[in-house]
Amino acid sequence: MSTIVLLLITGLGLGALYFLIASGLSLIYGLMGVLNFAHGSFLTLGAYAGWELARRLGADNWGTFIASLVLGAIVGAVFAAATEFFLIRKLYERHIEQVLVTVGLALASVALFDGIWGVDPIYVAGPAWLGGTTEILGASVPNNRFILILAAVLILLAIVAFLKYTRFGLIIRAGVENRSMVTALGIDVRRAFTVVFAIGGAAAGFGGVLSASYYGFVSPAIGGSLLIFAFIVTVIGGLGSLAGAAIASALVAVLQQFANFYLGGTGDFVVVLLLAVVLLVRPRGLLGSAVA
Amino acid sequence: MSVKKSASFRSVLAMPAVKWALAALLVGFLAILPMLAFDIPGVFPGPTYTPGTLQLLAFSMLIAALALSYHLIFGVAGLLSFGHALYFAIGVYGLGIALRHFGMELLPAIVVVLVAGLIIAAGVGALSLRVTGISFAMVTLAFAQAGSVLVRKNPGQLTGGDEGLALDTTHIPDFLVGVLQTRNLYWLCLVVLIVVFLITSWFQRSRAGHVVIATRENELRIRVLGIRPYFVTLLTFVIGGVLATLVGMAYLLLQSNATEKLVSADFTLTLLVIVVLGGVGYRWGAVIGGVVYTLLDQRLTAFASSDTVGSLPDILRIPLSQPLFILGTLFILVVLFLPGGLAGVGARLSQGKPSSHPPVEMAKEDRMEVPQ
Repeated sequence: MSTIVLLLITGLGLGALYFLIASGLSLIYGLMGVLNFAHGSFLTLGAYAGWELARRLGADNWGTFIASLVLGAIVGAVFAAATEFFLIRKLYERHIEQVLVTVGLALASVALFDGIWGVDPIYVAGPAWLGGTTEILGASVPNNRFILILAAVLILLAIVAFLKYTRFGLIIRAGVENRSMVTALGIDVRRAFTVVFAIGGAAAGFGGVLSASYYGFVSPAIGGSLLIFAFIVTVIGGLGSLAGAAIASALVAVLQQFANFYLGGTGDFVVVLLLAVVLLVRPRGLLGSAVA
Repeated sequence: MSVKKSASFRSVLAMPAVKWALAALLVGFLAILPMLAFDIPGVFPGPTYTPGTLQLLAFSMLIAALALSYHLIFGVAGLLSFGHALYFAIGVYGLGIALRHFGMELLPAIVVVLVAGLIIAAGVGALSLRVTGISFAMVTLAFAQAGSVLVRKNPGQLTGGDEGLALDTTHIPDFLVGVLQTRNLYWLCLVVLIVVFLITSWFQRSRAGHVVIATRENELRIRVLGIRPYFVTLLTFVIGGVLATLVGMAYLLLQSNATEKLVSADFTLTLLVIVVLGGVGYRWGAVIGGVVYTLLDQRLTAFASSDTVGSLPDILRIPLSQPLFILGTLFILVVLFLPGGLAGVGARLSQGKPSSHPPVEMAKEDRMEVPQ
């Protein structure tokens, strides 16, 4: 029982990380049809920004932790908005070239991170409570899992509220449904593109600081390795669907944890298998709208 | 007058016989290169007869051949596959495992690995071609990722995990083993490149090739004509995969070592970079892209560790010391400003007008909005 609880909560914690990346990916794809390979770099840069701040202010208090989360989100948002503005916008409506540009950016930025911070992982500390554990039904669950889950839920609620109750949110939702109609109504959807990128980047940068806490280190490869699973999550959940991304994140990560424990470390295979099954049975994903 | 003259010169160049003669000349030159003392400082590490330079040239020819096999899938069929490294890795690891753990002779091992590549490519292709566009990219990426995990997990000590798998030379003929025999390996790689190039050319001109190209341009039309594009597209995918397996085996013989990097998603991305750099849709583009990329990568690595770079202030030194940063930036610039890649520039310069077979029309998503 205690093992199951531990696996479940750890899985949800990992799922929270997947969601923080996948939410942005899914929104960006839904609105613009861009598969963003540079999304992992937004996360990595956010993680390094958080670490740099924590190193300067002293890592072991809550104020610093929250400040580094905020800084990570801002850095991610700025990086993402700049990417959209300088690279993606020029290739409007040319989807494969947009993917290629983000591939180039991912390669270049990871190389740059290698150059600046080195290839080796940098170990990070946080508030003492985060490193401790809490007993739940006999399982010692590391505390940072709770923060991850809480943060992902808050971000999900924030994005949903933004989409539901603001004017930009309305334009974005309408754009996902039918972009040409929104344009025909005289609304400049392109401004919404930058906003969506910024939101996705903020979630990724925020997730970067949290992932440093989850893994206990930052390394240039951290974003890329999470990104592949975020892609899988996005496809399983249905490209463009935020709720689908949330459900698929939890599902994929929990399944991965259980398979890793009970089926001899086969978590990654099970996830790929799940993806294959979903695509065969339901190619548009769990909650995806009409087939592309 | 001069315009007329150069126009007739161009039409002579476009004649098939002249093309073949030029190609034969180039191949002949490459074949006797190991006998010559040809030195381009800054590009080659030494004269062309030295093993170091031959190794680099052979390596770049293999990457060019691999890029050609990817060209078949991405450039000809218009399928954005993110899992092409998997088939290359099947060649590298398959041959390594067959030689080391099953003690097979070289020729039977090659046949077995080719068949394995064929079966896996057919299986993965049959599955992933059920979806199109971005989903196809994701599925191929996921399968390649599964392969990468498999290699790293090192089941039954077969793949060597992080340490890699060294070539077992017991069953390999002596003339292909050792630094002194680099010349023979160079010729072997040249042959592989030529074979891959000929198969690619032949396929593009075959009936199946025409159907695939037409499917890329307008799938609905092909269906209306009564052709089912699925099997022809699958055939293209499988041929691309098997060619990659072939190149992988030559890679193992040349480098004598298999590392897990070859299975990673990054390696497929590198192939994508090469094909786009060379020019999507051009066979020569893939070859030129492969050679240019390999030489650039090699020289930039040497440049990065040079004193010139080391003495620069941090803000210049850090970006310049990362070859991938420079290559990635170059790639972005090519995508933004040179849509036809290097071959596109060449075609525009030599013809003064857009080429007769233009780069792939890449907006696959747009076509899929056609109501079914």
